Amino acid sequence: MACDAWREKLDAYVDGELPLSDAAALAKHLRECTECAGDALERVQMKRAVAVAGKRYQPSIQLREKVQRSLAGRPRRAKVWVWRIVALPATLVLLLSLAVGLYVERESMHRQRVYSELADLHVATLASGSPVDVVSTDRHTVKPWFQGKIPFSFNLPELQGTDFTLVGGRVSYLAQSPGAQLIYRLRQHEISVFIFQDRGAETVVSASGPVSTVSFIVESWTKNGLRYFVVGDVGAQDIARLSQLFKDTG
Amino acid sequence: MPAANFEELALPLFDQLYNFARWLTQDATEAEDLVQETYAKALRGFSGFQLGTNFRAWIFRILRNTFLTSRTGLKSTAFEDEEMEAIASTHPTPEAVLIQQADREMVQQVLTEMAIPFREILLLCEVEEMSYEEIAQVLAIPIGTVMSRLYRARKALRGLLLDKFKGGPNGM
Repeated sequence: MACDAWREKLDAYVDGELPLSDAAALAKHLRECTECAGDALERVQMKRAVAVAGKRYQPSIQLREKVQRSLAGRPRRAKVWVWRIVALPATLVLLLSLAVGLYVERESMHRQRVYSELADLHVATLASGSPVDVVSTDRHTVKPWFQGKIPFSFNLPELQGTDFTLVGGRVSYLAQSPGAQLIYRLRQHEISVFIFQDRGAETVVSASGPVSTVSFIVESWTKNGLRYFVVGDVGAQDIARLSQLFKDTG
Repeated sequence: MPAANFEELALPLFDQLYNFARWLTQDATEAEDLVQETYAKALRGFSGFQLGTNFRAWIFRILRNTFLTSRTGLKSTAFEDEEMEAIASTHPTPEAVLIQQADREMVQQVLTEMAIPFREILLLCEVEEMSYEEIAQVLAIPIGTVMSRLYRARKALRGLLLDKFKGGPNGM
């Protein structure tokens, strides 16, 4: 190959861009041709000269910091922007849901506590030697018995035609508030119906203590300022039936 | 997090990008603006950058494109390769011995005087030690054009250096 042909490849050779086979052949030629070797040397020296001369400018520390800040700041600013758009309502929603959640949880805990306490009362009543203070199957006997013992009056349902039997009644207390506890029997099960003044039952928050799992079915409602609780270890349907009898009673 | 990756890739190139920007603009303030704009543009466009491809070529290309659209850039480019051929060929091939004597300052002076398409390709090749492939990516030209432009740029550099020697204080 003529020197002119080799020289065309010299730039690529000194730049390390010549294919390996060509580079080896050119290297061999350079060992034999002083003229081409001189040309190659000059090109290498030029490369070096430009490489040295080209590294000329140093950025200032201030610019570096500026750029670094812009890199660190930009995404953060974007986030702040998104934050303002998204997070405020999101925070409100979160706070609301937290508040609602706390409220619901508190209500739930409160309810659990009340139910738990009523279940305890129910069990304690049944376990005692004299479950009821007034023993009567006649509602017209039981109702007047409570007069003067509790600060309110109530009506008891007519049980004729149902399989519920009134066993009797006693005064009970929920959160230091007196109320009526009526014992009904369904088959071999006893069911307690608690009647308190609504306010009294609600203030039971102060009745602290462990919240035990209620293994009883409890149904509760308010009517005419009174809160009713029906507690028993019978099926939910039976509890509901007895509850309905009370609800239907004026 | 793309921003963290971007910093890891881009910040180590800060000095090189500034040097290249300064060579292109020949002005400290313009170079600073160019570097800042390059980083801002690169960060914005980083989602479009394909990981695994050449980040250095990518960001150098952004800097160069940003420069080309700047005031200085618009004035200084628009060179066709044919025109550059004419510029390069006006200088006879100097003797190797003269090139060897060229000092750093002289080469810097010559680089400053060179047309930007020559200056930038020499800087990318010699200072940044980019491959032809990378240079092709940065300048958005085919590899064949990289090789021919580089050849002309070197020829022009030799010619300008020879002129310095001839017109220099030593009267060579």
